[in-house]
Amino acid sequence: MIPFILTFLFSLFIYLVLTAGSGDVGLWSVSELIAGVALSLLTAAIARKFLCRGENYRMANPVRLILIPVYIIGPFFLEVIRANLDVAYRVITGRIRPGIIRVSSGLQTDLGIFMLANSITLTPGTITVDIDESTQDLFIHNINIHPGDEGKQVIPARDLFAFSDLATWIRRIAE
Amino acid sequence: MIAEWLILVFLGIGIVFNTLGVIGLHRFPDVYTRMHAATKATTFGSVFTSFAVIAYAGATYLHTTDSQFITLGLHTVVAVLALALTNAVSSHALARAAHRSGIMPAPSVVDRLKEAGR
Repeated sequence: MIPFILTFLFSLFIYLVLTAGSGDVGLWSVSELIAGVALSLLTAAIARKFLCRGENYRMANPVRLILIPVYIIGPFFLEVIRANLDVAYRVITGRIRPGIIRVSSGLQTDLGIFMLANSITLTPGTITVDIDESTQDLFIHNINIHPGDEGKQVIPARDLFAFSDLATWIRRIAE
Repeated sequence: MIAEWLILVFLGIGIVFNTLGVIGLHRFPDVYTRMHAATKATTFGSVFTSFAVIAYAGATYLHTTDSQFITLGLHTVVAVLALALTNAVSSHALARAAHRSGIMPAPSVVDRLKEAGR
């Protein structure tokens, strides 16, 4: 029953975002609201075992859901701006020291690894190339490895970021 | 008036970073470094041009209170999220496929993935 309700609320939320501005009950028209509830019930009936496959409902916690946009707008976007300026500088001057390094994430769950890998890939200058699933280490292609870092076997994830430790943020959100 | 300047600034940042992405695509030596330029600078550029659309939609809604501009703004937010997610996943897939098919980073100071034998 809980997977059904969670899938219903999630798909209704997506439907309401996509149809906002259609009428005058709040932002929606009556027919859109009825269609949204009907379609979300149908979606929840079909897909309830897909969204909640892990039988673990920690992501339904509203604090974690609110922390996701806070994380994206705050520390993550700041990091992306800094890295973009850095890559822009490297495009113009051509000073690069590329290489693939091994980074220990310190995260345990699939969702945490997924969020960290995507955050690293979206930050310019770093791409997650592969994941060692036995140790949860990430292999990251970095466009400018700091001198001295190429000798280390494993680099902790916080050394990749300049302002804030994104791995700690993700642990707070997803684990 | 402020909104118009905001739109111009967002468009300017977006175009500058898209241009840098194109220049980087020509300047960088191998597939991985080119991917940095092509996907990342382009994402930042596209995100800021989308911010310009959101600023335009918000400002026009405040003027006219026509609800279709809410739709425009929200759909652009959804487009930005889709852009960010698909960009991350696809550039990871491209990099992994390149490494698995034997294209090594040509100038590189270290390659831990090759040493790990994967």
